[in-house]
Amino acid sequence: MLSVDISHSFPGFDLRVSHSFGAGLTAIFGKSGSGKSTLLRILAGLEPHSTGTVQMNGTVWQGSGTFLPPHKRGVGYVFQDARLFPHLTVAGNLRYAEKRAPQPGPSMAQVVQDFDLSPLLARYPGRLSGGEKQRVAIARALLSAPRILLMDEPLAALDATRKAEILPYLERLRDRGDIPMLYVSHSLSEVARLAADIVVLDAGRILRAGQTADVLSDPAAVPDLGVREAGAVLRAKVAAHHADGLTELAVSAGALFLPRISAAVGTDLRIRIPAQDVMLSLTRPEGISALNILPATVTAVHRGDGPGVAVALLSGSDRLLARITRRSADALGLVPGTACHAVLKSVAVSHADVGA
Amino acid sequence: MILPDLSPLWLTLELATVTTVILLALGTPLAWWLAQTRTRVKPVIEAITALPLVLPPTVLGFYLLILFSPKSTLGGWWVDMTGSTLTFSFAGLVVASVLYSLPFTVQPLQSAFEAMGRAPLEAASTLRAGPLDRFLTVAAPICGRGFLTAAVLSFAHTLGEFGVVLMVGGNIPGETKVISIAIYERVETIDYAAAHVLSGIMLALSFAVLLLVYTLNRRFPVHL
Repeated sequence: MLSVDISHSFPGFDLRVSHSFGAGLTAIFGKSGSGKSTLLRILAGLEPHSTGTVQMNGTVWQGSGTFLPPHKRGVGYVFQDARLFPHLTVAGNLRYAEKRAPQPGPSMAQVVQDFDLSPLLARYPGRLSGGEKQRVAIARALLSAPRILLMDEPLAALDATRKAEILPYLERLRDRGDIPMLYVSHSLSEVARLAADIVVLDAGRILRAGQTADVLSDPAAVPDLGVREAGAVLRAKVAAHHADGLTELAVSAGALFLPRISAAVGTDLRIRIPAQDVMLSLTRPEGISALNILPATVTAVHRGDGPGVAVALLSGSDRLLARITRRSADALGLVPGTACHAVLKSVAVSHADVGA
Repeated sequence: MILPDLSPLWLTLELATVTTVILLALGTPLAWWLAQTRTRVKPVIEAITALPLVLPPTVLGFYLLILFSPKSTLGGWWVDMTGSTLTFSFAGLVVASVLYSLPFTVQPLQSAFEAMGRAPLEAASTLRAGPLDRFLTVAAPICGRGFLTAAVLSFAHTLGEFGVVLMVGGNIPGETKVISIAIYERVETIDYAAAHVLSGIMLALSFAVLLLVYTLNRRFPVHL
């Protein structure tokens, strides 16, 4: 358990955060400039001018006259720009961490295998792609046997293909669950895919904190998360693969059909349904091309300042979130308790963090 | 051809070597501090460090002569400690050369440290490397070219020293008579043959040193 109660000010910016981070992967989400990276740097000991306390499992890292420098904290840090040592090969970079880790440390052979690094070992960082660099950086951080792994937007500099390359490694790491992780991101789809818990940061303050599924399906959180990013996360099970190339997923309120997913029948998946890709209809729509329509009940309608409203829905035992216009909400007369149908225009799929 | 007395050459090489070693030992922490610090006095320290670049060597030599005089605090202390004077001695020449060549050590190192930035050091610190460990295993190899440039420039600049030496060292064979002074003396006495030999040696030596550096620089592994 990592507990922090810190503040850090510099001209034009003021960060005040008090929070306890649990086990598993916690996402720190926010816009650029919200203080996410600064928070991570404080936790690592890279901001000696910050004030307040940082405690890891009861050990004081910072506070009441103590300041443990980064090399004595034992944090693994994955920087956005990888920061591999240019004068060492990949193997040299990994050995650098391994040599300084408390013994017995993690096994080099195991980490090399986990991250598929054997073809890269003899190369210098200058000869690696962005995705390869990040894989090495994550492996290097793990080899230092950290008490906690801090990742500062490790995928932000990568294109979608490279991201898709790294995400499975991160998911496996999270599923092993032997080390708490903090993951800074401004991409809600990454957060939804990876994080059990989320802390939403804005202008140096925590806006929301809690389980990712709760925060992401809370209509009141939509303005904090960003209208385009908000969306519920729910669990589904692969029910069948059909001959026409569609995969049938079972969710609590019925079935969803998606272009073929390469996962065995019975696999648990985590799916994300962006709020702006959900349409609502009072009657079950007929003559519509959309395949995925789920019955639902309105649980809350959150009106903000803008022309849009966020509608929370219960579909079976799953929570959904829809982002529609205020005008539509009024025309449909949506209030808590209204029965309706949710038309899902898109569904994003990833392996669930349990049982995958 | 009769070879002239080569002791000024050996003295010069000895002076340049000792000076370079001392300069690397003193200049590295100074350059490191200048590259990291955010203090407001930084420009002042930088300007003082760069002074020997613009100051006529005779001006530097003149002040050192005063400072080294047995009547001054430093000069008197030196006489008490060692029994000999700093003026007109090899030790005095070393001190003068260190000051004279200081910018040639500090500036390349400072730019190398600044170009490297804090990023690799921060990465090393999160991998449990302490400050000295970080310097030796990350900063020094990444800034290898900076160290090479600093060492060679300081060495070469000390080889060519004349004005400062003349002011504080004079012309004592085996003690302060370096090669530039010896050449000057030969020319004054119209011994052009000896001046030719000594000058030729200096020319060849300087060229060889620089050639070595540029060759090493090309081969120096840079994997950025």
